[in-house]
Amino acid sequence: MNGTARTARAEPRTSLGEHLRTALGLTGTHLGCEQGDCGACAVLLDGEPVCSCLVLAVQADGCRVETVESLARGDDLGPAQRALLEEHGLQCGFCTPGLLMRMTHARRTGAPASDVLGGHLCRCTGYGGLRAAVERHCAVEARKEDQP
Amino acid sequence: MKPVAFDHVAPVDLAAALDLLAERGTRAAPLAGGQSLVPLLNLRRVRPDVVVDLNHVVGLAGVRVTAGEVRIGAMTRLRVLESHPDVVAALPVLATAASAVAHPHVRTRATLGGSLCHANPAAELPAAAVALDARLVLRHRGGARVVPAAEFFTGPHTTVLAPGELLTEVVVPRVPELRFGFAELARPGGSGYPLVVALLGVAVEGGVVVAARAAAGGVAPTPVRLPGVEAALPGRRCTADDLSAGLATAPVDHAAGHRDAVLRSLLRRITAGLE
Ligand SMILES: Cc1cc2nc3c(=O)[nH]c(=O)nc-3n(C[C@H](O)[C@H](O)[C@H](O)COP(=O)(O)OP(=O)(O)OC[C@H]3O[C@@H](n4cnc5c(N)ncnc54)[C@H](O)[C@@H]3O)c2cc1C
Ligand code: FES
Ligand code: FES
Repeated sequence: MNGTARTARAEPRTSLGEHLRTALGLTGTHLGCEQGDCGACAVLLDGEPVCSCLVLAVQADGCRVETVESLARGDDLGPAQRALLEEHGLQCGFCTPGLLMRMTHARRTGAPASDVLGGHLCRCTGYGGLRAAVERHCAVEARKEDQP
Repeated sequence: MKPVAFDHVAPVDLAAALDLLAERGTRAAPLAGGQSLVPLLNLRRVRPDVVVDLNHVVGLAGVRVTAGEVRIGAMTRLRVLESHPDVVAALPVLATAASAVAHPHVRTRATLGGSLCHANPAAELPAAAVALDARLVLRHRGGARVVPAAEFFTGPHTTVLAPGELLTEVVVPRVPELRFGFAELARPGGSGYPLVVALLGVAVEGGVVVAARAAAGGVAPTPVRLPGVEAALPGRRCTADDLSAGLATAPVDHAAGHRDAVLRSLLRRITAGLE
């Protein structure tokens, strides 16, 4: 869990997203639709983006999970967070944690900016600022601060 | 919403999974990528006593290519299918169809088998399986049967799968002389199923079409072959103009109203790439 081993029991019906928020106290990950549509809940599971509402917590047993809490070092924001801030890519912040994890994954894997916004719904920004932030972020090659 | 309480069992051995499914019948739900099942659990539209998680069953994922066919394990993830070098080389249209499904974080988990068993009538991979004449290997405790894709789907979200039965493998014959194209009308960004999906393949000798295969999704309760289109193209020259002329007079079975217009325009779009 963000680089540290964590143990917590989960009922089989509990989603990974709910488990993160309730049992592990990591409330940065947001649950919106719980149907795979909004992308607010996206986390990295063994390095790959997934909707944490559509993975059972028990299925993540023994896996590496990265959430939005892993992105800043103390008060220093990570690169995806800086891009969103500088391009006005957020207002209420509900969609932000999922998008940040997708942006982080995209830069690590060299995926194009055009791959990132699909599957992330934002009710506030009209996507202009988001698109600018994603493009700015993905234009830079991965460096050390992008790694887990 | 929380699903109803259920047990979660994750066997590593196919026989153990089949035993459990045989014993629990309709009270058990096989879990593949979970990208359709978990929303249905969350909505309490599915209320199983036990979820049989296939993600650890040995031997259900992977791609094997032989001279005559490509055998793909049911638990092969779409993320793997869309970029697997053997699939891209031997069945490029299947890789293209897989990459058109949803968005990347759904494809990380979703599987070929789950996509076929979920049987959404407009889904990309069921239509591709029908177009490619795939055979589906279905196993139950103590036995197996092989069902052609065209006979697997019986209606929206329904298939010939019996309680206790699992799809374990998808066998796709290689027909290298057929060159396929794929097109769909979908909302951008992968949010939700397409309206219509089309696949069209032609075999060409000396610039003339000698055989054609066509299939569509989203125009009928199941994915369908388009025999009218398959009959109209042989004898045509393989140019966008001549193929389009052939399509213009072909009866496009099944599709009605605006879906007919969408399907025809998708088929025309494919012919431009087949030239
Ligand atoms: C936001 C979103 C967008 C999507 N967009 C598309 C799209 O554009 N096109 C598209 O085709 N799909 C789309 N999907 C659906 C996604 O591709 C499906 O989840 C997938 O088709 C089902 O595969 P799965 O591995 O997730 O199966 P699961 O959800 O695990 O299972 C689906 C069903 O099949 C059964 N099942 C699974 N595997 C087997 C097996 N081997 N044998 C017997 N029964 C089995 C399960 O019991 C369940 O009933 C979308 C999903 C989401 C969440
Ligand atoms: S909460 Fe998971 S996609 Fe909306
Ligand atoms: S900032 Fe409010 S939903 Fe995206």
